[in-house]
Amino acid sequence: MMLSTQVLAAAAEVPTGEKWVFFLLAPLALAGALGMIIARNAVHSALWLVLTMLSLGVFYIVQAGPFIGMVQIIVYTGAIMMLFLFVLMLVGRDASDSVIETLRGQKVVAVLLGLGLAGLLGTGVYQATRGMPSAGLELANANGNVQGIAQLLFGRYVYVFEVTSALLITAAVGAMLLAHRERAKGERVGQAAQMRARFEPGNYAGPKPGPGVFANSTSVATPAKLPDGTPAERSISPILPTRELTSAEIANKPTEGK
Amino acid sequence: MILAPIGFLAEDPVTGDPTLADFGHDPWWLVLVKVVGVFVFLVVMTLFTIWYERRVVARMQVRPGPNRHGPFGLLQSLADGLKLAFKEDIMPLKADKVVFFIAPVISTVCAFTAFSIMPFGPFVSMFGTRTPLQLTDIPVAVLLVLACSGMGIYGIVLGGWASGSTYPLLGGLRSAAQLVSYEVAMGLSFVAVFMTAGTMSTSEIVNAQAQGSPVNLFGFEFTAPSWFFLLLLPSFIIYSISAVGETNRAPFDLPEAESELVGGFHTEYSSLKFALFFLAEYINMVTVSGLCATLFLGGWRAPTSFESFWPGINSGWWPLLWFTIKVLLLLFVFIWLRGTLPRLRYDQFMRFGWKVLIPVNLVWILTLAGIKTLQKQNIPAQEKLIYAGLAVGVILLLALLWPQKKEEPVLPIEEQVARRPEGSFPLPPMDLQVPVSPRANRLTAERETVPATSEEEV
Repeated sequence: MMLSTQVLAAAAEVPTGEKWVFFLLAPLALAGALGMIIARNAVHSALWLVLTMLSLGVFYIVQAGPFIGMVQIIVYTGAIMMLFLFVLMLVGRDASDSVIETLRGQKVVAVLLGLGLAGLLGTGVYQATRGMPSAGLELANANGNVQGIAQLLFGRYVYVFEVTSALLITAAVGAMLLAHRERAKGERVGQAAQMRARFEPGNYAGPKPGPGVFANSTSVATPAKLPDGTPAERSISPILPTRELTSAEIANKPTEGK
Repeated sequence: MILAPIGFLAEDPVTGDPTLADFGHDPWWLVLVKVVGVFVFLVVMTLFTIWYERRVVARMQVRPGPNRHGPFGLLQSLADGLKLAFKEDIMPLKADKVVFFIAPVISTVCAFTAFSIMPFGPFVSMFGTRTPLQLTDIPVAVLLVLACSGMGIYGIVLGGWASGSTYPLLGGLRSAAQLVSYEVAMGLSFVAVFMTAGTMSTSEIVNAQAQGSPVNLFGFEFTAPSWFFLLLLPSFIIYSISAVGETNRAPFDLPEAESELVGGFHTEYSSLKFALFFLAEYINMVTVSGLCATLFLGGWRAPTSFESFWPGINSGWWPLLWFTIKVLLLLFVFIWLRGTLPRLRYDQFMRFGWKVLIPVNLVWILTLAGIKTLQKQNIPAQEKLIYAGLAVGVILLLALLWPQKKEEPVLPIEEQVARRPEGSFPLPPMDLQVPVSPRANRLTAERETVPATSEEEV
């Protein structure tokens, strides 16, 4: 086959460092991909995926595409996976997927379909790129990697770039619309209004008295006494069962003459 | 900029300082020496910064601060670090063991990695080899710092999650949200620097700030300031603010807000694992300060005007000192903020990031791009002035016609008091005169026995 000889010829030119990076990281990337599928815990799954994405980023950098490599790490690993984690963490730590198949034979079919898709994509790419002359990275990076990408993005492909960004903005606006809740005019209470309401007549602005203040008992079920000797109902937590107080507990604490 | 072929030393044609093409030629032992050098620099800076912070905050609060161990208490943080290492290492029962262990490691490794592209100085002679005083440089060096800070937050988020407890989880969640919001503002503030310097490599950004470019405005010839903090003031301000948010420092230290979340993400951590988080936080501070110095404050360069009375000020090993001084000054600002400002409320903090920093940054980048395009166009000065005037006019018109909120008239205080409903919270009388306490009278009497002249002298 022509392709295999080409690949072998190219492999002979690959510098040692690049080879080492590949043989070190390729198994790691694969392990990450497998781990993502196998891990039971959703957060562990996400972490395995992070490993794969990082390895891919390093591959890009090693293959003379430092900009795309860094963007891969910043955008995919730094931002998108972080958002994933954000959601997963809210689900709870112990939420693991159950391994019971809801459809019989689902796993086998999934594996077969996955292999089929990979085969289709592989042959498709192979057919599309067969015999295509490659200009080489030296030419593409002649004026610097970042400058080369910028020239393509904002020169030749500027319309495609703009259309893509319009699509993304539409998606963002759509997400905002879906998540937005229209509030009635008086529904939203600002901080200043809250403070004003706190000092309105009928609302006691100070902290609630603790249970047992001025009382003859240390029990939390004993109401605190106000300065005039009446029990303060606010001082007892509503979840406590009410109980009858003994006369010693009802009596005021003797403070006279002391 | 054209990348020179490998094996070819290409100094900056104007200043003779290192450029991107000068990196990647060091022998392996020299790389090792530089790596150890950067490591030692960061660890020493961390130990120093902890002492520095405690002393400066103490000074602001009128107390001495650590002053027992070593001269001026300098060895205090070393003693604290040793103590931390010998403390009991606690693994919570409900913790996710593996993630709990690797979280602080991720934070620390990323913090150290980010510093590898920091330029410390020009060419120096190291063991007989002429080499730039910088570990390495890549075409996208500044993005590396961004990537490392993004990865470093994983340590915090995962540490919070793996602890298996509520407060750390809340701290981790806050940290994730904070990172995503403030990294956008931070990345945008780099854009203006990239546009002006024409490169993302740190050594060349420092070179770009070596000399100011001559500007011809209305027939007046003058030299524009060379350091970007004056040239790109909005970017500098936004970077400084988002750097504080990015490093989880006060007033943006919501992931570890001790009055709300006990200790935040590191509540369950102890011993060396906690020490690693601590180390990572301080290294991150040093990194963002170093990056600020590199991008906006001329890097390792002393001001060019100083060269007239000390020609060698920007050569040899001296720039290492200027760089360190700049970093220490920026660290002082961090500490100053911590000593002065209260913590922000969470919604205010998010609103500030998304609704103020990012839009302002976008408008500023657009303006700068407009200015740069006008400068490059080969059209007469009058026409340029017309374009600029048009833009300013549109902005002014928009500002004038922008719908304004109707402000409620503020009533005088007497009327406000009179309008309060019956049974309102009691107020002191408006004409209240607080009687002088008898104790204060006694004190004044005692003081009066001292001759009046001596009081003036003091």
